[in-house]
Amino acid sequence: MNGSPYLLRENNSVTVVMLKVLAALIPGVIAHVWFFGPGIVVSLLLCGAFAIGFETLVLLMRGMPLKPFLTDGSVLVTACLLALALPTLAPWWLYLAGVFFAVVVAKHLYGGLGQNLFNPAMVGYAVLIVSFPVTMTQWAAPYGVAHAIPDLWEAFDLVFAGAGAISPDAYTSATVLDTWKTQVRLGKDAADILGQPIFGWAGGRGQEIVASMYLAGGLLLVANRLTTWHIPFAFLAGIAATAGALHLLDPSRHADPLFHLLSGGAMLGAFFIATDPVTAASTPLGKLIYASLAGFLTVIIRTYGGYPDGVAFAILLMNVAVPFIDAYTQPRVFGHKHGGKRGQA
Amino acid sequence: MTRKLFTFNGGVHPEGHKDVSNATPIANLPLLPRYVVPLRQHIGTPARALVQVGDTVLRGQMIGAAEGYVSTAVHAPTSGRVVALEPHEVPHPSGLADMCVVIESDGLDQAVEFQPLDWRNLDPSALRNRIRDLGLAGLGGAVFPSFIKLNPEGGGIDTLILNGAECEPWITCDDRLMRERAAEILQGVAVMRHMLGAREVLIGIEDNKPEAIAAMRAAAAGEAEVIAEVVSIRTLYPTGGGKQLTYILTGRETPTGGRSTDVGAQVFNIGTAYALYRAVALGEPMLSRVVTVTGHVAAPGNYEARLGTPVADLLQAAGGALPGSVGKLVGGPMMGFELENDAEDNAAPLTKAVNCIIVKHPDLFPAKPSALPCIRCGACARACPADLQPFEMYWFSRAKDFGKAQSYDLFDCIECGCCSFVCPSHIPLVDFFRFAKSEIWERERHKHDADQARTRHEFKDFRLEREKKEKAEKLAAKVAENKARDAATAAAIAGNAESADPEAERKKAILQAALDRAKKAKESIAPQNTDNLSPAVAKQIEEIEARRTQADTRPEHEEGK
Amino acid sequence: MLSAILVMAGIGLVLGAILGWASIKFRVEDDPLVEKIDAVLPQTQCGQCGFPGCKPYAEAIARGEADINKCPPGGEEGVKHLAELLGVEPKPLGEGLEPKPKAVAVIDENTCIGCTLCIQACPVDAIVGAAKQMHVIVASQCTGCELCLPPCPVDCIHMEVIKEDVATWKWRYPIHTMKQVE
Repeated sequence: MNGSPYLLRENNSVTVVMLKVLAALIPGVIAHVWFFGPGIVVSLLLCGAFAIGFETLVLLMRGMPLKPFLTDGSVLVTACLLALALPTLAPWWLYLAGVFFAVVVAKHLYGGLGQNLFNPAMVGYAVLIVSFPVTMTQWAAPYGVAHAIPDLWEAFDLVFAGAGAISPDAYTSATVLDTWKTQVRLGKDAADILGQPIFGWAGGRGQEIVASMYLAGGLLLVANRLTTWHIPFAFLAGIAATAGALHLLDPSRHADPLFHLLSGGAMLGAFFIATDPVTAASTPLGKLIYASLAGFLTVIIRTYGGYPDGVAFAILLMNVAVPFIDAYTQPRVFGHKHGGKRGQA
Repeated sequence: MTRKLFTFNGGVHPEGHKDVSNATPIANLPLLPRYVVPLRQHIGTPARALVQVGDTVLRGQMIGAAEGYVSTAVHAPTSGRVVALEPHEVPHPSGLADMCVVIESDGLDQAVEFQPLDWRNLDPSALRNRIRDLGLAGLGGAVFPSFIKLNPEGGGIDTLILNGAECEPWITCDDRLMRERAAEILQGVAVMRHMLGAREVLIGIEDNKPEAIAAMRAAAAGEAEVIAEVVSIRTLYPTGGGKQLTYILTGRETPTGGRSTDVGAQVFNIGTAYALYRAVALGEPMLSRVVTVTGHVAAPGNYEARLGTPVADLLQAAGGALPGSVGKLVGGPMMGFELENDAEDNAAPLTKAVNCIIVKHPDLFPAKPSALPCIRCGACARACPADLQPFEMYWFSRAKDFGKAQSYDLFDCIECGCCSFVCPSHIPLVDFFRFAKSEIWERERHKHDADQARTRHEFKDFRLEREKKEKAEKLAAKVAENKARDAATAAAIAGNAESADPEAERKKAILQAALDRAKKAKESIAPQNTDNLSPAVAKQIEEIEARRTQADTRPEHEEGK
Repeated sequence: MLSAILVMAGIGLVLGAILGWASIKFRVEDDPLVEKIDAVLPQTQCGQCGFPGCKPYAEAIARGEADINKCPPGGEEGVKHLAELLGVEPKPLGEGLEPKPKAVAVIDENTCIGCTLCIQACPVDAIVGAAKQMHVIVASQCTGCELCLPPCPVDCIHMEVIKEDVATWKWRYPIHTMKQVE
């Protein structure tokens, strides 16, 4: 017997929320195709298919109903975010392995929808970059840098059959973050590095526009109240402040904040990954702490760490701290004098 | 000059559906052949029945008296005969039966004589007692006995707030009442203000009721005695919550666990003010109320019906439920409950708490989709008018970890339903909170009972120990006494001489000792716990003794009756 | 080598001293174990556990002489609480011990002869009356222990299960159809 309320908000379900998130990714994907060729379509399709496959399998093994959990759309969001975080034109098994770790290990072994401690897409990404560092640094090069951009059929061919006669150098390159890090360590002058064609005007050729599109899509999410402003704002502010401070200290070794904001996974992370409600902090103050620290860690890992991008590790590290952050940042309840620590019986 | 209004966090905008029922004037119900009057129509102790089966009653006659402090009286809705005093279906989420007085109407509708109250000159305490005996309870739905709320509590109340927000969807009874009887409401307000000594009177009405606002403003302008400000407030569920309305109008937050009086404000429903007018100006007890009948019925509208009117008759007055209807809601869809017994002849009666009956139809109230796991999206927290974190409370309530649930301030939840309304996973959050609260209450009751039992058991052990010790001491004393007496007798015999009859003297002493012993034994057999009984228990014993004697003398043929 | 051993031993000593000092300094003064166990027990004083009351049972548990699953009025939940308190695994109620719905004793007014035997048997003084007068059980104080039933020479006492009414009714655990049938 269930009680009141007997009304529910209309057009409101997990599925609707997830579909809106997917819709907000579309501008970024279009920009990606525009600048990097249709390779991203292949990885999106592959990750999506693998994800649904794994989800179905695990749901069957767990004896859970298929319909509500397959139609909730959450696994598609995970798959798309992973696909967008991985290099395109990589071999198919890379996507398979990534999706396996995201969906089976990070999501279902922790209890499934709503129970996972770590962001599934970022777990998939982290496992891959630790396991296959070379493959993970061969990114499709944008028009104007690549010698050839594979069309859709060539892209399928590359993913499933491998490069064959074509050298991967023809269509891939390191990311700007990678290039920057290696060349700074070699003692190259900052102005020279940024002068290379792949760096574009701010965050890498093509990449800066893709990031701007993610920003646009993300702002639509905030405007539609699918996420609050706290996490994207604090994440980007954390990146900007940390990068800005380093840049002021030594401009020859540290890129400017705009570069950090528009390169790598910063924008995608700010609006779509750090905001994953299951793994993010939930109180307003907690969100600010969680996201600004994640932004800070992103720049620290990018600058001092061994991996080209720090978004995934920064978010995973902050995921661990979420229960603690939440417990200590409970907002003041109406009629109470103070907020603060709760959850102690 | 417009008043500065405050805004609470959260809140939702469910579709109002007010126009379904607010277009027609309040209609009266014809006299019915049968009324079912529950003795528990208010928060607190149920009224004590004053009538027995077979008694004839008059309209307005008190048939249930207030019992204990938090209680109020219940009256006969018409003249007729009491045909039953029994547990009967009542509008309650449990669907359980409760004690009711069933009255068969004699069709004459004769009333007792109503005595208007001279409220300006009556002693405040006497006035409150009269209001209690007239059965007034808050008509907004919480049905707290009004006489208690009308206590100025040492003059700390400076603001009297009239709640005309009516924020729940579908309900329009206060809307119609304000449109049609604004002057009478204000007369009730005058009494309230007089009793509370409030400086300021604020009447809060949501801006989706422009006609009601206009009517109340017009009435307030013509009322020289009460300077009441009619405040139009933004429509946002749940502005009609007492704490929320107090905050909107005054910016004062009712402290947790407290009442609005803690911050100098007292809140009454519009309908209560109208009932108080009837009680004071006409001397009429609370006999009827305005109730919205809406949803999937032929003639949705507002009806003035006598308390005790069976819901079935109420629906009939509204043209009856249309085909395809499934169940009825009591109260609004956000905080009301489903009428458990949904038979056509549903006998659950109208009570002081029932402000609305909604006949459901799948188009109006679609079945809830099955719940998915919580994704911690926080929509509930953003919608919560009490600034709680419902998803945390849900997590612990679901796991029956009530201590943790309470540490997230479960008891600050007003069960308004905003969180369930916005949840994308369709989790029945409020159901979990109600479950957790009632479990915690029961545990506290059990704990209290256990503590009492422990104390009583320890006291009994102590008493037995003491009695044993006393007995031992007595025994020792007696042995000593006997010895001394024997010694004395021996000495007397030995010393002999003048005593006229020593033998007789000795016998007399022995006899006296035996008598004393018997007397003492008799005393010690009688248990000590009939002393110091509370008057109530003593009375109970007397009554039972009386019944026993009666039973003994009752002729045997009565048993077959 | 020697210096390494000395350093390690020195660290060990210092840390040990700190720990020892901390354990004295920050000792939490607690209720004795018996009180804590007694607080969990339902105080029915029914003796079904084989001890003459809740306190003796609590003492026996504290001494390790009694098992935690001997209290039917506490039910499975009581066992769970005791297990939590003592840091042991919960177990089902002991054999032959069945939790019953909470009930109160009621004296048949017409049969009672006023013998006071039940008054003496009641562990919580919930029965009032005097010799040769009928006795009454104060329902709100009755723990439902049934100890008054056997002594009654005329069998005039029976147990009445407490029925749920509108005031004591509880909201049920919500139906939560997470695993809907396909």
